Amino acid sequence: MDPNSVQHINVKVFVADPDAVNIADAVKVFHQWIKDTVCPEMLIDVTEYRHVPAGPGVLLIGLEANYSFDECENRLGLLYNRKAALDGTFQSRLAQAHEAALTACDRLEKEAGFGGKLKFDRNKLEVFVNDRLLAPNTEETWQALKPELEKYFAGSTVERHGEPRDLFRVAVSLP
Amino acid sequence: MRPSNSQWKARLGDSVPENLSAEIDVFENEIALRKQGKIEDRIFAETRLRRGAYGQRYDNGQRSDGTTTRTLNYPDVPTKGPNTLWDAPGMQRIKIPFGGLNAAQLEMLADLCEEYSDGIAHITTRQDVQLHFIHIEDTPTIMRRLASVGITTREACGNSVRNVTACPIAGVCRTQTFDVTPYAKAIAYFMLGHPDAQAFGRKFKIAFSGCAHEACGLVRLHDFGAIAVTREENGKTRRGFELWVGGGLGPVPQQARLYDEFVPEEEILPICQAIARVFARLGEKKNRNTARLKFLVSKLGIEEFKRLVIEERAILTDDPRWTSYLKEAHVHEEQPLKPAALLQIDPARPAARSTSRSSDFDKWHRINVYQQRQQGYATVTVALPLGDITATQLRKLADISRTYVKETIRSTVEQNLVLRWVSEADLPALYADLKAAELALPFAETIVDVSSCPGTDTCKLGISASRGLAGELRERLAAQNAETDEVIGGLRIKVSGCFNSCGQHHVADLGFYGVSRKKGNYVVPHFQVLLGGEWQNNAGTYGLAIGAVPSKRIPETVDRITTRFRTERLTSETFQAFIKRIGKAECKKMIDDFTAIPSHDDDPSFYSDWGDPREFSIGDIGVGECAGEVIFPIDFELVACEREVFEAQLQLEAGNVEKAARMAYDAMLHGAQALLKFRFMVAPDSPDKIVEDFRTSFYDTEIFFDPFVKGKFAQDFFRAHEQATLANQPRTAETTHQLIEEAQLFIEACYSTHARMTATPAKVTA
Repeated sequence: MDPNSVQHINVKVFVADPDAVNIADAVKVFHQWIKDTVCPEMLIDVTEYRHVPAGPGVLLIGLEANYSFDECENRLGLLYNRKAALDGTFQSRLAQAHEAALTACDRLEKEAGFGGKLKFDRNKLEVFVNDRLLAPNTEETWQALKPELEKYFAGSTVERHGEPRDLFRVAVSLP
Repeated sequence: MRPSNSQWKARLGDSVPENLSAEIDVFENEIALRKQGKIEDRIFAETRLRRGAYGQRYDNGQRSDGTTTRTLNYPDVPTKGPNTLWDAPGMQRIKIPFGGLNAAQLEMLADLCEEYSDGIAHITTRQDVQLHFIHIEDTPTIMRRLASVGITTREACGNSVRNVTACPIAGVCRTQTFDVTPYAKAIAYFMLGHPDAQAFGRKFKIAFSGCAHEACGLVRLHDFGAIAVTREENGKTRRGFELWVGGGLGPVPQQARLYDEFVPEEEILPICQAIARVFARLGEKKNRNTARLKFLVSKLGIEEFKRLVIEERAILTDDPRWTSYLKEAHVHEEQPLKPAALLQIDPARPAARSTSRSSDFDKWHRINVYQQRQQGYATVTVALPLGDITATQLRKLADISRTYVKETIRSTVEQNLVLRWVSEADLPALYADLKAAELALPFAETIVDVSSCPGTDTCKLGISASRGLAGELRERLAAQNAETDEVIGGLRIKVSGCFNSCGQHHVADLGFYGVSRKKGNYVVPHFQVLLGGEWQNNAGTYGLAIGAVPSKRIPETVDRITTRFRTERLTSETFQAFIKRIGKAECKKMIDDFTAIPSHDDDPSFYSDWGDPREFSIGDIGVGECAGEVIFPIDFELVACEREVFEAQLQLEAGNVEKAARMAYDAMLHGAQALLKFRFMVAPDSPDKIVEDFRTSFYDTEIFFDPFVKGKFAQDFFRAHEQATLANQPRTAETTHQLIEEAQLFIEACYSTHARMTATPAKVTA
């Protein structure tokens, strides 16, 4: 497979101390983000699934991407889910998603709504590809994307996770 | 929207049944045509609705941030319906006939909600599944992937026969007369796309129930509700249905009327077809507020309605599908995966009990497990908070359904899923697996298991946050362990975001629907409170509205009402009997002090809704798409003609000259046929006869004449017909190109003719 055909790259940055955070607070923050148009994407609405265990948490829905406090596998993190296709290469798309996620983390940590308790561990990431046709969670995809991931996250440990039915997903531990 | 959309069709190949594949291709072409502005937006709206692609809140590009309504700057491309922007996220409703699902279907839903939606599949109050925040251009791929596992979204919305619902324990129910599953399935596929069900003024809902006294089928709130009954005739037991018609909720709730105490099983499909024809012919078309079947039944009276149906039934042409499924229906029974075995209960060995069975298990077992009529088997309800399940949970549930049962899963109108045919001995292990998937919430079908429509979360019509309130009530009631309360544990709470009743608030013990009230310069979210609706007896009675309470005071209202019931009810008195006994005035008195609204300065929290910190506004309410505008069959037929012309162009581009010419000619023929059908209700099928009738009725009369070129477009059609009937007339790319152009103009002329025929004459003033 050609890594440059891969779209819809997602990046999740984990919260350092999940117990210190109440993600209900994110609802108000995300509404304010829409009002203040703080992101480059067009922001549309906020939806929340706090009632669903290990679910998608609180989402800020955008046209080109969603931002969310994701609770999947009971691991709280900021997830950047790129929906719209991007020009460029795998490297540039990964960089876009990674930078968007980190920018959102920076902004969230400064939000008064979290009372200064929200901190992200920027060294622990997950990268997904949210498209089973372009990047199934197979050995072939792994072999094609591993060098690209290792190039981008130079010096990091990159491990493939999940079962074949899952999205292609890697855990990244930055040095 | 997604680059992979163009590749899925080839990837799925033959796994998509041919008929569904063709339908989806048609829809994909209609999307392309709409993008080119070649289909009117109101027609495209009904087209997509009939494929389950629904609008969503803010899709008009306006959104209130609490103080100001702001414009969402979507790209400037054609709309996907009146005032509905192309790129605005929408909802995809997925029909699940009688709620029946298998493991592969759960896995597919998991993939789709993850890739195209927000990671959640939502079970509705009519056993459908909904995915939200979907882009319209992703819908054909979603439909193809669903079709590859045997699911169609056709007629999930729009003025059509909606999902056919049925009791989720049909076939395993201890009190059923017989299993209604095969009948629900047969009618669902018989009516799907049926020509007699394409010209309704509004939707048409069908439900089946195995017995009269339980709730499962909710027959009496449906347009067509059938309850299984039997009759002894000549020493033989004969199956049939007690048939109820014209029920519905919404702003004018009406209980269904008894059509017949016994419709023999072989007549249930033809009677449904006959009712559909009467509804299509006589139902209201212009005013959608009075277009449901219930209004027609009320207007005509049940006796006259029945007379008309019988008359219609008598002229129906026999259809083998009416009865071909019956033989199978009598022997139909799902099969278990494991042998029947009883759950071992040994109170004499508490040590053993503590290892295999915890008190958590016991509670779950008491509440979520139903002992089937087949000894040694149980049906387990997987309670889903607000009907929501994640992609990960769907996959785990698929695995569980393969381990313990033969993938016998159903969705329920209480927004849950059930696993049928669990060997009772497996219950502890199943519980452990469900718990690991966070799917063992022990409150199925109790007061904690609050149902809700999407409300202001995603619905264009929502007034108040029904899901926000439902979530709040669920959390508070669970914290009180209300599900185990002997008196109130079995009560039902149902919440709708507005009077349209998608949350089925009328048939709950405690029902709520969203309204608003003005206080000074502010609007305050409220819920109207309804008490004493009956869930049992197939939605036997509708609740009594007693007054509107600010949203933020609904939890206290629930506490007060349930506490009073707990303390003042007579022995064994039901909630309905209690409400009736104390009377409406007393009920209203109970909530009076909650109706006061503090000033904004004193308590601003009253001025925002549950789960939504924005200052409350009703400015986001849009125009509903519960059904689109009333579109006559000719509208669809002409769109189909246009699509044929479009496909002819594609064929020509691909070098298939003969095929392209044939398609262009066919498009003209079908346009002429559509006009004939519109004018005379019927039209011939033979090309010669179509041309002859068209010439007499539209050309000779000059009805088809264009004000400028007069009869040219009709003459093009006549010439195309002559050439089509001549043998060995080779086509060139050039002549075919010209024919396609003529076909396009001919279809335009059909549209114009139809518009002239239906135009309201201008008023002449002196």
